[in-house]
Amino acid sequence: MDKKGRFGKYGGQYVSETLMNALIELETGYEKVCGDPGFARDLTALQTEYAGRETPLTFCPNASEDLGCKIYLKREDLVHGGSHKLNNTLGQALHAKRMGKKRLIAETGAGQHGVATAIVGAVLGMPVEVYMGEIDTKRQALNVFRMELMGAKVIPVTTGTKTLKDAINEALRDWVANVRDTYYLIGSVVGPHPYPLMVRDFQSVIGKEARAQVMKKEGRLPDTIVACVGGGSNAMGIFYPFIKDKVELVGVEAGGEGIETGKHSATLCAGEAGVLHGALSYLLQDDDGQVLPTHSISAGLDYPGSGPEHSMLKDEKRVTYTAVNDPDVLDAFRYLSRKEGIIPALESAHAVAWVMKNADRFDRDDIVVINLSGRGDKDVAEVAALQGRH
Amino acid sequence: MGRIDAVFTRLKRPTFIGFTVAGDPDKETCIRAARALIDGGTDILELGVPFSDPVADGPTIQKADERSLAAGTTVDTVFTIVRELRKNTDVPIVFLAYYNMIYHRGIDRFYREASEAGVDGILIADMPVEESDDVYEIATRYGIDTIFLVAQTTSNERIKKIAARAKGYLYLVAVLGVTGVRDTVSSGALDLLSRVRKHTKIPLALGFGISTPDHAKTCTSAGADGVIVGSAIVDIVGKNLGSPDAMERDLKAYVERMKKAI
Repeated sequence: MDKKGRFGKYGGQYVSETLMNALIELETGYEKVCGDPGFARDLTALQTEYAGRETPLTFCPNASEDLGCKIYLKREDLVHGGSHKLNNTLGQALHAKRMGKKRLIAETGAGQHGVATAIVGAVLGMPVEVYMGEIDTKRQALNVFRMELMGAKVIPVTTGTKTLKDAINEALRDWVANVRDTYYLIGSVVGPHPYPLMVRDFQSVIGKEARAQVMKKEGRLPDTIVACVGGGSNAMGIFYPFIKDKVELVGVEAGGEGIETGKHSATLCAGEAGVLHGALSYLLQDDDGQVLPTHSISAGLDYPGSGPEHSMLKDEKRVTYTAVNDPDVLDAFRYLSRKEGIIPALESAHAVAWVMKNADRFDRDDIVVINLSGRGDKDVAEVAALQGRH
Repeated sequence: MGRIDAVFTRLKRPTFIGFTVAGDPDKETCIRAARALIDGGTDILELGVPFSDPVADGPTIQKADERSLAAGTTVDTVFTIVRELRKNTDVPIVFLAYYNMIYHRGIDRFYREASEAGVDGILIADMPVEESDDVYEIATRYGIDTIFLVAQTTSNERIKKIAARAKGYLYLVAVLGVTGVRDTVSSGALDLLSRVRKHTKIPLALGFGISTPDHAKTCTSAGADGVIVGSAIVDIVGKNLGSPDAMERDLKAYVERMKKAI
């Protein structure tokens, strides 16, 4: 990071004045916990005993044979709750508790971050309210039920596009009104400083483990690491510990119905710099600077912004950002289920789809690590409904 | 002296600052609404530049932004509205904008066009003083006042930082929360007023949640140099869609009532 809160020119703190004090508090609090061995100990205990870390780095014999390279999956689908999201919510909720906050609010797209927040709320004894776009509450009804089961209140958002972007808008509005006792637990590497930094740090456990695991199994670093990118937290989490290495990093965005159709969420591929939700980053916007509606088969990637650190990594060409379209994602969803007995989240299936489509780039001995950021149980009903239509 | 300073210097009473969303519900009706506000005695006119994601605003102004955008309002339209109004008024005009609208157009271009159209001040809802270096330098070059917000959660240390850069007036956020009509003016708002007063001589205007003559009176009795009304005005526009004559009449009468109270 260059100057305070910046990744290159990206990032910053573009928020209402009312929130500035809360952000300063958050920064100071975070600096404190970073140097606190007690915090690290508490977090590690929860990660191990509660979340089920470390997660395996699973070799895929059948897909490797079929696609002609060594494919490993970093199994974040096996984290308690079904996705990598708990890595971040455990860290932030512990932080919130130390700051003396009484209430957690969160936004959610696919519902995975909402579920992960509901989980920490239950286990740490804090009330949770989750903002979720009305459209997403319908396409991810199972996750709504799970959140409610664990005691969280789910608030359907009916403004704007009724998806993740508007859920964040409403969470920010709630935070402004209740800033003194409420902690806004952001689910991705987006938002004003220090969120992108903090979320990346908590998610980096993915890359740290993967690095040690691949060294143990293969005796060398992988050639390529692939992860899906919406806001970009699972990708930052696995990329970050490899940033300085000679490892190809590929971020796969949601191409939706195709970038040329305008119905997509491929911000880093097709957006330009802009300010939304407190930070300067790549943004999908029209000629006048209005934020564009997005589309993706996966609610979790359906977001017009992206993390400021990803924006910097794109400009630096350190990470290759690309996109795959909905039909390829559905193929990958079925492929991994059939070949390996692992049903990926539709989000993570984007990363799988990219490897399938680019298999001819790799040699037999090339090592490709896919971050399997979540499991696909939540998507089964949606995919079944789509199949019914075909 | 700029138009905003001139108003605060000239008036022996507190100022009434009225807000409406540019292009709500469409360009022509908005111009009529703005003129009605001025006819009623509005001392400073604030125009919201509509944005797809107005996170500092409550439902009333969000809906107005949506109406305006649905009618096809662009930044060009907003400048056209200002040029139209400038043909027959010297009332200061202040933009309330979200930063992306300015950043995307190019900061220099936005401020140059605003200055040419006759805009006197710009407040960016999502730009705290820490992020304002570029904007402040350009705004000063084009003679546009940079208006800053101060909130109940703003520390004294930051109030000093903000006051050092403030031009025109300081916009004191009367509530913890987004824009929208509230029942009463909170004691927190009045505490904020006396706290900020200790750090600066610049005019202080209270906004957010102020809608009735009683609210306005409470603020000015406590020493506010101005009151800012947004949602209550936008409500009148929204309730009179399709009947612009009634809208004009209600807006004018509303401002007259508010002015009497201060």
